[in-house]
Amino acid sequence: MDQGENQIGLTLGPVLFNWSADRLRKFYEGIANSSAFDRVHVGEVVCGKRMPFNDPVWPDVIAMLEDAGKEVVISALALPSTVRERKTVSALCEDDHMVEINDVTALSQRGGKPFVVGPFVNVYNEGTVRLMASRGARTVCVPVELPLASLATMAKSCPDIEFEVFAFGRLPLALSSRCYHARLHGLHKDSCRFICDRDPDGLNVDTLDGQPFLAANGIQTLSHGVQAFCPTVEEAERAGIRRLRLSPHTVDMVAAGDVYRSLLDGRIEPAEALNRLRGLDLPGELVDGYQRGLAGCEVAGTA
Amino acid sequence: MAIELVCPAGTPSALRSAVDAGAHAVYCGFADETNARNFPGLNFSPAEMIKGVRYAHDHGAKVLVAINTFPKAGSFEPWRKALAAAEAAEADAVILADIAVLDHAAIHHPNLRLHLSVQAAANTPEAIGFYAETFGVKRVVLPRVLSVEEIAKLNKEIDVETEAFVFGGLCPMTEGRCSLSSYATGRSPNLSGVCSPPEHVEYVQEEDGTAVRLAGFTIDRFGKDEAAGYPTLCKGCFVAGGKSTHLFEDPVSLNAAGLVGRLADAGVTALKIEGRQRGKGYVAEVVKTFRAVVDAIEAGSDPVEAERLLAGLVEGGRQTSGAYRKQWR
Repeated sequence: MDQGENQIGLTLGPVLFNWSADRLRKFYEGIANSSAFDRVHVGEVVCGKRMPFNDPVWPDVIAMLEDAGKEVVISALALPSTVRERKTVSALCEDDHMVEINDVTALSQRGGKPFVVGPFVNVYNEGTVRLMASRGARTVCVPVELPLASLATMAKSCPDIEFEVFAFGRLPLALSSRCYHARLHGLHKDSCRFICDRDPDGLNVDTLDGQPFLAANGIQTLSHGVQAFCPTVEEAERAGIRRLRLSPHTVDMVAAGDVYRSLLDGRIEPAEALNRLRGLDLPGELVDGYQRGLAGCEVAGTA
Repeated sequence: MAIELVCPAGTPSALRSAVDAGAHAVYCGFADETNARNFPGLNFSPAEMIKGVRYAHDHGAKVLVAINTFPKAGSFEPWRKALAAAEAAEADAVILADIAVLDHAAIHHPNLRLHLSVQAAANTPEAIGFYAETFGVKRVVLPRVLSVEEIAKLNKEIDVETEAFVFGGLCPMTEGRCSLSSYATGRSPNLSGVCSPPEHVEYVQEEDGTAVRLAGFTIDRFGKDEAAGYPTLCKGCFVAGGKSTHLFEDPVSLNAAGLVGRLADAGVTALKIEGRQRGKGYVAEVVKTFRAVVDAIEAGSDPVEAERLLAGLVEGGRQTSGAYRKQWR
C-alpha cells in the first residue's frame, strides 16, 4: 500500500485458529479490499495437522493480496516437531516471499534471506536482535510479555530493525506438544478429528468460579482477554514501534484495522479507539497490562 | 556407556549433600536474576561457587552453572559477570538459554563448555544444530515434551550430547516459551526467573475446604480432607467445554526412574533431577536412590525397588512418566 515513509505500519498477523478453507478465502477477500493493513501474514502457525486443509488456499490468497498491493509474509510453524512439519519449515525457508520465523528451527535454515521474527521467538534484548539482524531479520515482532521500556532500549540500539508489537487479539501465551482440544475431548492427538475447528476464536477456559481466564487452541494456550494496545503516535514512536500487529478473530477485522489506522493517523484518541473496539463482537474483555508493565490480564484503559 | 546423573544444588549445603550421595554432576546458579530459580535464600555467591566447585572436584563430581535467564534489554552486566565468575570458579560447564548470552560466552569465554538450557526450547535437529554450529554448544537439555522414541531419533540426527529430566517438577508447556505466569501475575520464567510466584498466592478457607488462588484467579479447590496444593498455573483445575478438569496437566510430578534404561539406550548422556528449591535431605535421598537405579542398570540388573522408594518423595505422592511413554500423542 502507499504507506508513508514515517507512518506506523499495520500488520495483520497469521490466523491462529482452525478456520475452514472457505472461511479463510472469504476472510482474506475482505482484507484485500480494505486499505487498513499494508502487510498481511498467511500460513499455518499452530498445528501442522491443519496444513493439508488450508495449504491449497494460500497460492490464490497470496496472489489476491499482492494484486491488492499488500506486502505478504508467510508465517512458519511455531513448534515444528514431526518429520513432516520440519520438512515444511525447511521448504518454506527456501521461499522468495518474506517469511516469518516462529522458532529457531526456521532461523537455522533461512540462509541469510530476509525474514520477520515472530512473537514466538525469545527476543528479550538488543544482543539477540543484533544476531538476528546479522542473519537477515528485518522486522521483529517482540514477545507479548516484553515491557515497552525494553523495546525502547532495543530499538535505540538497533535502528535498522523495524519493531512490531502485538496490539490486538487474544495473546498467544504458551505452546505445548500436548493438544488440549484432544485432551478435553478424550481423544489422542494423532486421531484428534480436528475438533479445534469448533472454536474459531479458541475454547474459553474459565476458573472454577466462572471467571474468564484463558483460551485453548489445540497445542496453543491464549489469553481469554483480548489485547488492545492503543498508543498515541507519540507513545508508539517513543517506544521505537514501527508497526502494530492485529491478530485475526471472527470479529470484523476490517473494522478493527480501520480503528487502528485512524488511531495511528492521529484522527482519534486512544480512549475513542478502545470505545470503538469494544463495539465489536469480541470474544473477551479488552486488556493491555503488558504494555503498562503489569500483569497481561489488566483491563485496558484503567490506568 | 556411563550415564551422568545431574543433580540440583540450590544451596552450598545441598551441593555437598548431592555430591556425598553420589551425584556425578550438580547444577547451581548465582544468587541473582541470572538463573531461573531466583528465589530468596537460594543460590551461590561467587565465593561460595569457588568453594562448591572445589568440594565437588575433590570428590570427583562436576559443577554445571545455570545462567539460564533472558537478560533485560540494556542491562547485560549481571550475565557478563556470572559468566566470568563461573569460569573463574572453574565450573565444568555453563547452562545458557539466551542467544546474546551464548554469543558473549562463545566469543569471550572460548574455553568454557556450553550447555543449552531447557529454557531455550530446542527440540529439533535443526534448532539444536543452530546452537551447536553458531556457539559451539556441546550438550542440550531436552524439553520435557518428547517421547523416548523421539529422543532416540533425535540423538541419531545430532552430534551433541543430550540431557533429559527424570524426576521432579513437570511443565506441560514448552519451557522457555510460556507467558501464562506473567499474564496472571506480571512475573514469569523469562522475565523474572519465577513461575506462579509465591507473593501472588492465597489459600482461602471456605465452608467445605480451601480455594487456592494466584493473583485473584482460583487455580484449584480442595476438600477439608485433602492437602491444598500449590497453585502452579498450568496444574490448575479449570472449566472448559462445560467440564471441570485439569485441562493442561494433572497436579503430578515427573518420575521416569523406570525409564532410565530406555533413555540410556536412546543415547541420552545425562539424566537430570529437578529441584533446586528442595532441602538437602530431599536431595540426598533422591540422588542416592537414583544413583542406585543408574548403577543397577549399568550392572545389568532390574531397579524395581528404587522406583518404589522414589514414589514416597513425590509431591502429593502422584507421579507420571510425562511425555516419555508417548501418551501425549
